[in-house]
Formats: sequence, C-alpha cells, structure tokens
Amino acid sequence: MERIYLDNNATTIVDPRVKEAMDPFFCRQYGNPNSLHGFGTEVHPAMRLAMDRLYAGIGAADDDDIVINSCACEGNNHVLLGVYFDLIRQGPRNEIVTTQVEHPCVRNACAFLESLGAKVTYMPVNGDGIVDAGTLRRHIHPDRTALVSVMWANNETGLVFPVRELAEVCRENGVLMHSDAVQAIGKVPVDVASVPVDFLTFSAHKFHGPKGIGGLFIRRGLKLTPLLHGGEQMGGRRAGTVNVAFLVGMGLAMEMAADNLAYEDSTVRRLRDRLEDAILAIPDTLVVGRRELRTPNTILASFRGIEGEAMIWDLNAAGVAASTGSACASESLEANPVFVAMGIDDELSHTSIRFSLSRFTTAEEIDRAAAVIRRSAERLRAISSTYDSVR
Amino acid sequence: MAKNDLIGGSLWEQYSAKVSERMNDPRHRGEISEEEARALGARLVVADWGAESCGDAVRLYWAVDPKTDRILLAKFKSFGCGTAIASSDMMAELSLGKTVDEAMKITNIEVERSLRDDDGTPAIPPQKMHCSVMAYDVIKKAASIYKGVDIASLAEEDIVCECARVSLRTIQDVIRINDLKTVEEITQYTKAGAFCKSCIRPGGHEKRTHYLVDILRDTRAAMDRDQLALQAEARDFASMNLIQKHRAIEKALDEKIRPALAADGGSLEVVDIREAEGTAHVYIRYLGACRGCISSTRGTLQFIENMLHQELSASIRVIPL
Repeated sequence: MERIYLDNNATTIVDPRVKEAMDPFFCRQYGNPNSLHGFGTEVHPAMRLAMDRLYAGIGAADDDDIVINSCACEGNNHVLLGVYFDLIRQGPRNEIVTTQVEHPCVRNACAFLESLGAKVTYMPVNGDGIVDAGTLRRHIHPDRTALVSVMWANNETGLVFPVRELAEVCRENGVLMHSDAVQAIGKVPVDVASVPVDFLTFSAHKFHGPKGIGGLFIRRGLKLTPLLHGGEQMGGRRAGTVNVAFLVGMGLAMEMAADNLAYEDSTVRRLRDRLEDAILAIPDTLVVGRRELRTPNTILASFRGIEGEAMIWDLNAAGVAASTGSACASESLEANPVFVAMGIDDELSHTSIRFSLSRFTTAEEIDRAAAVIRRSAERLRAISSTYDSVR
Repeated sequence: MAKNDLIGGSLWEQYSAKVSERMNDPRHRGEISEEEARALGARLVVADWGAESCGDAVRLYWAVDPKTDRILLAKFKSFGCGTAIASSDMMAELSLGKTVDEAMKITNIEVERSLRDDDGTPAIPPQKMHCSVMAYDVIKKAASIYKGVDIASLAEEDIVCECARVSLRTIQDVIRINDLKTVEEITQYTKAGAFCKSCIRPGGHEKRTHYLVDILRDTRAAMDRDQLALQAEARDFASMNLIQKHRAIEKALDEKIRPALAADGGSLEVVDIREAEGTAHVYIRYLGACRGCISSTRGTLQFIENMLHQELSASIRVIPL
C-alpha cells in the first residue's frame, strides 16, 4: 500500500533536485567556508548562489540581511530575545504585541520574556480567524510597543494574515514588525520589497528543503543582538559554521518554491478544493475559514462526533498521514482560540483534523484519501456516543 | 531528562497490542435496546459520562438481571481517542457477568492492567492514563442509575489524581507521616501526578477540584498549626517557646518572688529573655526598695534564681540590669 502524505504543514519531502544539489557538499566540497585554503574557498560560489536565490525568493534588497540559522524557531527566538535586549530591557518600550494563535515557538518565547518583565499583549482573531489592521490599531502603542509579531499564515487553519496592512500600521506608529512566514513560503507570495516588515523568518523543511536550516530576514541596518555568540560568521549576527550543503539546498528549494507559486495557486488549490468538497460531502462536517483566505494547500476540517486523534489513528492505519491540533494528551484541553473567535461550537474543539497538501500531492492520492476519510468517519461515528445525540 | 526523553517516543508506539486491537475492532461496541434487555428478562441501564467539549465522552449500556443484580450484557459507545475506546471496551468486558456491586469495584487501574500484553509493561503511556479514567466513572454512574441513588452517594473517597486513583486522604497522610516537602516527593510516594499531571497545579490538561500544590501547602500549614498546638500543651520549660517561657517566668515571679520582695517594699520587672546555648537569660530590673539594695546582687539574686530553678528549670540565669 502506497502511503499518502497529507501533513505538509508539519514538514515536507525534500525535493530530489534539492537533495542532488546538496550532494557534492558532503564528501567532495566539504571545506569550512571560513578557511583560507582552497577547500574553504571553493564552496563560496555555491553559497553565494544560494544567498542570491534566498534574497530573490523573498524580494530582499542587497543591503538587507538574511541570517542563515537552524530554523524558524531559532529565528523567532532571535527576533524576540534580540528586541528584548535592544529595546525592552533599556526601556521605555516594554511591550510586545502578538496574537493568540502564534506557533508555540513565538508564544513560549513571549511567555519567557514576560517572566523577565516584558509586557506581552495577545491579540484575538476576528470572525474570519485572522488579526486585522483595526485590531492591531487598538492594541499598538507608539510610545511603548517595542515589537509586533504576527504570523504570515497560520499553521493549523492555513488562514493568511493581512501582513502588508499590519506592517503599514507598525510603520505609521514607528514600531518594529516581525512576521513568522514559515507556513507562507512556497504557498503564497512573500515579498519584503512591498511588505514593510522589519524581520521575517522561515524554515527550509516547510518548502521541500532539508530540516535544520532556516533564515532570518533583517531589514537594512537594523540592530539585533545575536542569540549565538562566537565566531564572526553571518557578519557577526550569528556565530557557528554555516551548514553549506543545507544552505545550498535551501537556496534551490526557495527558488523552486517561488517558481511554483502559480502551480500552488492553481493545481494544489484545485486538489485541495477537491478533497475539501469530498470532506464536506460527509454529513456534519465543516472546514474552518473561507477558502480564499487560506493558503492553497490547507484544510482544517471538523467531523462531528469524532475525536481528532481517533481519526488520525484510522487514517494512519490506512496509510494516510494527517494531524490534529486537539490530541487529547496535549497539555491543555482549553478550547481552541480560533474556534472561539470564529464562533464555532466549542463541542468541536476536539474533532479537528488538518490535511495539508504539497506540489507532490496527486489527484489519485486525493481520491484515495477521501475514501479513507469517509470510511473512518463512518466507523468512528458508529462507535461514537455523541454522534447520534447531535443528530 | 535522559537519552530517551530527548527525542521522545510516539504515544502510539507505547500502546500494547491489546490496546491497538481493541481500538481497531472493539468487541463490545454498540447499544442494547429495550427489547433486547426485555428478552433477557433484564433491566436496561444507560449511563453517559463526559462531554464532547471535554475531549472524551462514553456511554455504557448494561442489561442487569433484577433478581441477582448480575450484568448479563454490556455494550459501550465512545467519543474519544484510541485509549478511551480500548479502555471502554475492556471496562465493558470486565463488568460482564459481575453483580453491580462487584462491577463498582473495577477501577481504571484494573482496566489498564487488563490491557497489558505482559505484566511488567504498561498498556498505555503515562499521559494517556487519564483517558482510561472515564471507564471507571461511567460504571459508577451506571451503578447509581441502577440503584436509583445519587452518584455522589457512591463516591467513598475524594479522589485527587484520577489516573493513579489517589485520594485526598492518602496524600495528606503521606505528607504528614513522611514529612514531605515537595510535590515531586508526593509523586514518588503515591504516583499521584505521575500520569497526565493535571492534578499537580492549575493550568494543566484539565481543571481539577484539588491540586497537589495546594494540598501540600495546606497540609504543611496544618502541620505547623498542630505543632504549635502541641506546644501550647507543653509543660516542661525546655520545650516551651519564648512566649510560653515568659509567661511561666512571670507566673513564678508573681507567686513565689514578688510577694517576698513586696514585704520589703520592693519589686522587679522582666526586661528581656534571651536564649543562648540552651540557657534562658532573664534580664530583670529591680523596682522600689530593691533598687540599690546591697542584697540585690547577692542574696536576693540567688534567691530569685534558686526559686526559678526549682519552679521551672535549672537552665535559667537571672541577670540584673
């Protein structure tokens, strides 16, 4: 049985061309790029090409920085902690404004900064599941907000946030703006030339590059205290020998992600909609967020009467990989803030399953997955103690 | 933290084969209709526990023989994860053939043990243990319906940790008996808080009535109060606290010494009591005729000290100022 991978918001397959591009840098061109000798210098052209591709991929200017790091989690921590050291600890700006629906790496870094004395405001999402400019205007304070951090697209729902408008509000108020774009690259256009964010973070493994490498965009000339201290790599912004092979891979993956945006918006979207239609054809299901507001690859579906983890179990047994944000062993059973804000019945908080496609997903896979989902829904609803009562 | 914790295992890898089997194909899933129960000459009991909004819900069906109280047929339905479904299935199985009173003794711990492939290996990972608790609760509910009593009347103990079934009383006792000072120690002694961790402090997996942090704080405070109360009963000078010592000294002075001094037109007051190396240093000031009296640093002083030694303790020194 061929397995079907519909968990591309968790991680993606490395594109075979990316793997091929990385290959020479393990056993042949393995030099340390900081070395003076030929082993070191011979890797520079490939690194420069990779950097060119990254800059082009997000529309960065030559005098901006893209710091190569280990992942978006590191980049997000770097931005938050850096701003804490540069601004918050110095006063009088002591406040970070973010959202209730950020990834844990932003939320938990914020909680850590709160323990150090920073004030953090968690903005709610609106009825569409996103934070709009009006909400930001109500929470931003030009005199005391140090940083606004809002994700470009949500990992669970796929909902795309109006980052351009949010960044403009920050500009008007003279406040720094960060966006975690880890779920956006390769799915929707991300262009820092036209969207005035100051910091932007991404991970290669979300767009068919390898795990363990990512990037942090820093707008030209901005100070940001390093997270890692040591050598002078990355112009002193991040110490540590650059992972040359992975940087080469990430560069190519970024170029392909940008080139594939049209395919993503047409074919992946069509396949996603096909799966979504098949899910909605099952009685008592819903999908969170309007289609046109979401990344083209993501569905957060809810199946009444079915606990999320139970369905993931069934799907896995049938070779289909998806995920649930509502695993009953998770730390908290609190209602999902997105569901609450969007007025979705809190009964449904534990019934959600996320399906996320990629450019490698095929129509045949979608049809097989749809059949598996339908079978699981029927089986689990036959066992469910709550389904007949909701009907 | 250790090697195995750093990468972390998948929840499902820690399921026993029995849990997987029963999740994939629960043997006792389904309903019992009134007709089926009647055909068995039994009474139908249907009990619901939990709610979809809490992440777990289960419904238990029993056909109970009203003459013998024996459970002739047991079925369940469940909204829950694999652990919840598998443990509901096992719970229904364990209740089969038992009387209602016998079934009430089935706990989630017994359910978990029955799901093990071998005795030494837990059937489910610790953080899933709470998913089996429902199986216990729903039996209680079914029994209360059958008996026509309120479920609260069947709760013999106040359970703090549902996963390990540890009662409030047990936790308070181990804190007292073993003089426990941390929540980690409570977990080591009782296993309370070792599984889903909800009962440790507010803000965990689910809301609880009791939290270990509060029980520890309250029990320690009660232990301190008991200690003080015990001291209030203290009769022997050495185990008294400073206030009690002061009171005892004043009493002895009033009864045995001040009347004698008053006969000569004098008196004394206690200025301070300081304790050092097991000796109570009583600082006094003479008043009236005693002030400047030649005997006040010799015979009178000796008299006062001897009297206090006799009345209270030999470890008292009197120092006139």
